[in-house]
Amino acid sequence: MLNIPKRKTKKKRLKRPQKKPEKLIDKDDTRLDGRKLNELRPVKIEVGILGNADGSAYIEQGKNKILAAVYGPKEVHPRHLARPDRAVLRCRYHMAPFSVDERKSPAPSRREVELSKVIREALEPSIFVEYYPRTSIDVFIEVLQADGGTRCAGITAASLALADAGIPMRDLVVACAAGKVDGCLVLDLMDVEDKGGEADVPLALMPNLNAITLLQMDGSLTIEEFEKAINLALEGCKQLYTLQKEALKSKYVAVKEAVEE
Amino acid sequence: MPLFYEKRQLVTPGDLLAEDNYIAGDNTYKDNGKIYASRIGLVDYEARKVHVVALKAFYVPSIEDTVIGKVVEVTTGGWIVDINAPYFAMLRASDVIDRPFKPQTSDLPSIFDVGDLIIAKIVAYDRTRDPLLTIHEPGLGKIMRGQLVEITPTKIPRVIGRKGSMVSMIKRETGCQITIGQNGLILISGKTPDDERLAVMALHKIEEESHISGLTDRVTEMLRKEKEGVEHT
Repeated sequence: MLNIPKRKTKKKRLKRPQKKPEKLIDKDDTRLDGRKLNELRPVKIEVGILGNADGSAYIEQGKNKILAAVYGPKEVHPRHLARPDRAVLRCRYHMAPFSVDERKSPAPSRREVELSKVIREALEPSIFVEYYPRTSIDVFIEVLQADGGTRCAGITAASLALADAGIPMRDLVVACAAGKVDGCLVLDLMDVEDKGGEADVPLALMPNLNAITLLQMDGSLTIEEFEKAINLALEGCKQLYTLQKEALKSKYVAVKEAVEE
Repeated sequence: MPLFYEKRQLVTPGDLLAEDNYIAGDNTYKDNGKIYASRIGLVDYEARKVHVVALKAFYVPSIEDTVIGKVVEVTTGGWIVDINAPYFAMLRASDVIDRPFKPQTSDLPSIFDVGDLIIAKIVAYDRTRDPLLTIHEPGLGKIMRGQLVEITPTKIPRVIGRKGSMVSMIKRETGCQITIGQNGLILISGKTPDDERLAVMALHKIEEESHISGLTDRVTEMLRKEKEGVEHT
């Protein structure tokens, strides 16, 4: 008889327990990923990376990976949704099944439907919808990998995709969150901080017009803390805006440099 | 009257271009006495007018424009044509058929069927109604042969060049016939596939580098070089 050693099989865990670290912020004010309290995650943005859409953009913010695509303006289907005085803006925020730890059902969840609505309302003030009546502008935001703050990164990317599609806009929209974690106000929360923290304030901004198009709060803050959080998020938006603008220009600047050599 | 950018500088939507006594031109808008860009493009200041030459935009129909479109539907009274614009265009059967048009007797699909490409001219358009086309002019009608090239509609003026200098140069260098649709579609038909290939290359180069000065010279140079290469092999 062969002596086969008995294999020690571990029972497969179905649900990975969300282990919350004891401390989210160190004594010397550094966060779990080594950032300072008012520091953004590393950001990479590319514009016009999809061939079939009229406009597109891709953003990586920390571990977030998000694609945004825009179609339009074009004829509205179904027809009865068309407005005689303006274009309709339609948004779909969607998370890929593989974007999170546990497979997410691809059907739009309640959360995604709500986020689609707030993203639409954050982008709409930036677009001249009255220029192209009876048409629709469709925005698709696909989250490939999520790590907190996807609605904000989604808005930043979607706004670039709209500009890339050549849709006339009042301003770009840039979004960033601030919040309270372990009693400290922090910028650009990642997933663990969002779940383990006390509050989260996502904010979208049109930087040149100095107009806020999205402001939400989850959790609780005092009025003073709320004001500080807004100012922190505004600061983050401004930093992101320079990166966003660079990304939009880079496509054309690269060609120019190549020719001038 | 401050200006915030130099001529031909790259701007993005929302950039503040000028203040006070300026007039907002193409791809800009005025709000509270300040002029901002509304598209990505190159700024241009002209006397008191500020405008942006857009680097990317879609086609907006305009009366008298020649366009190239694709028939997407045959209806009882005419055709619906996709002209690469936010709106579909209509082509009426009574415009195409000379004798009085009777829906019962005429066979519209035999004239233009779904998928056919046509060159047409826009005769009527405002934002409340879809554009209306005509093919009742010489040079218009169904496309029988050639190659189609699609470029951003904003770059059509660069393809044409000053008083048509760019197209006529490409026509001369490649020996191709070129029909430009204002909606960004260009029809090329040449004697040989090589000629057509050259013209296509030139058009793509224009699209890519239209925002950099000295374009005509670069395109001419490229065409000459390419032609030599073809003849040697």
